[in-house]
Amino acid sequence: MTHPFRDVAIVGVFNTTQARALPGHDSVSIAIEGALGALRDAGLETTDVDAVIGERSGELAYELRLGPCRRSLNGLGIPAVLEAASMITTGQSQVVLVVGGSAGVYTERASTAPWTRPTNEFVVGYGMFTAVEFALMAKRHMLQFGTTPEQLATVAATIRNNGHVNPEAVYFGRGPYKPEDILTSRPISEPFHLLDCSTTSEGGCGLVLTAADRVTDLPQVPAWILGGGSDAYGPAYQHAPIWDFVGKSGDGIPAGYVGRRAARAAFSTAGLRPDDVDVCEFYDPFSFEIIRQFEAFGFCPDGEGGPFVMDGVIGPGGRFPVTTDGGTMSFAHPGNSTQMLQRVIRAVQQVRGTCATAQVPAAEVAICSNAGSGALFNDVMLVGSGRP
Amino acid sequence: MTLLRPQPPGTPAPVPSIFSAPYWEGCARGELRILRCANCGLALADAPRICWRCHSRVLNWEVSEGRGRLYSWTIVWRPQTPEFEVPYAVAIVDLAEGCSIISAVIGCTPDDLVEGMELAVEFHPNSDHLSLPYFRPVSPA
Repeated sequence: MTHPFRDVAIVGVFNTTQARALPGHDSVSIAIEGALGALRDAGLETTDVDAVIGERSGELAYELRLGPCRRSLNGLGIPAVLEAASMITTGQSQVVLVVGGSAGVYTERASTAPWTRPTNEFVVGYGMFTAVEFALMAKRHMLQFGTTPEQLATVAATIRNNGHVNPEAVYFGRGPYKPEDILTSRPISEPFHLLDCSTTSEGGCGLVLTAADRVTDLPQVPAWILGGGSDAYGPAYQHAPIWDFVGKSGDGIPAGYVGRRAARAAFSTAGLRPDDVDVCEFYDPFSFEIIRQFEAFGFCPDGEGGPFVMDGVIGPGGRFPVTTDGGTMSFAHPGNSTQMLQRVIRAVQQVRGTCATAQVPAAEVAICSNAGSGALFNDVMLVGSGRP
Repeated sequence: MTLLRPQPPGTPAPVPSIFSAPYWEGCARGELRILRCANCGLALADAPRICWRCHSRVLNWEVSEGRGRLYSWTIVWRPQTPEFEVPYAVAIVDLAEGCSIISAVIGCTPDDLVEGMELAVEFHPNSDHLSLPYFRPVSPA
């Protein structure tokens, strides 16, 4: 059987400057920089584009005069890239831009970031925000399996150290960190300390996908989509994040293991197993989520994610290096789809072999993911150096 | 050790919908209300529009016993907005009727909280016309 993504290639990726604040930019202007940078990387022009995806795709189509073009308001990360692939495999589009960007949004710093605060009537009065939602999931795992704050801190220190050495990271040079540094940072929402949590920042990014028959004319080594999947249980941050919540699909997979069905689909399409993965560009909103995703995606048995991350497996040179650019904890977290697309971008850089720091030698297969348990959704994609 | 307390009035207020208005009227009267499916009998929290199990749209309000058990919790030290007084203990409570709600535990210290501990509802004003349900341990830890 022909692989469903055989005729699609990721040919351009780009991150703009990422910073705590980017004065002079708004979300559209930084998204424009992401789009133009990705096209430059791909060796293509705005005149080549016939589709654009992202929450700012309407503005991009207008500002860059891309029309008439296909436009999708898909504001997610991996699902937007998979939608771009579908546009190409169904012959509806030839060159698709996927773009994210956010700037000038988080200005009232006495409160948590505006996109982290739910307004649903049943949660708003209790002072919930994303750290609380994810903490309620992490607590269940700790109660059920004995997962420890030290295991969480080991994850956070590993990812923050990847950002510490990455000159493109917002928090470049802020480390190095030991697990003790994470544990002694101020408490936010137990079990999370400040340094267990993602940061907030501003920035943009873009990806370009084309039909595979164009890659021979283009400058970059193409990256290939080996498989993908997407799981959701409901809107994020409006309902109780209950680990044992189940729906009618997925044979009773609990919300705590959201992403498991998606990962199974991705590995099945790819004809691969977790053991075939060289690098794990997992989404890292909170330290615990790395432990959870190793279990949800089948890298280790349920309940063993805590011990799994303690054996040097997830650091540089380990069997499954995680989130090698520093992730949302250290590299960037601009909000909207940007930091989700950045997981895909890093996976592409890894299989291209072009990471300036923390490059996994001869990486052929990267897994990347978006969001997690507290958000009630988790998307998964496998990216490879070889055409499927 | 810090005693967990209800939030003072002035924190962000819930905005009732056409489906949830009876829930908030109940809170103002000191009643925790849930929906019961008239067809299959399932107890439902969060004022849903439909019974997810049998798809009946006939859902009737009833007053919950107001008892539940602590399923998960987190002690919050970084307030969502400056109006919130820390620490506070956001919790998921499994109600005796079989559905679960988000609330906060009060009347004990953070160290008193134990998985499965029995809790009882009480109400504290959030604004002039709205009250929020909170939960207090039934017996001292």
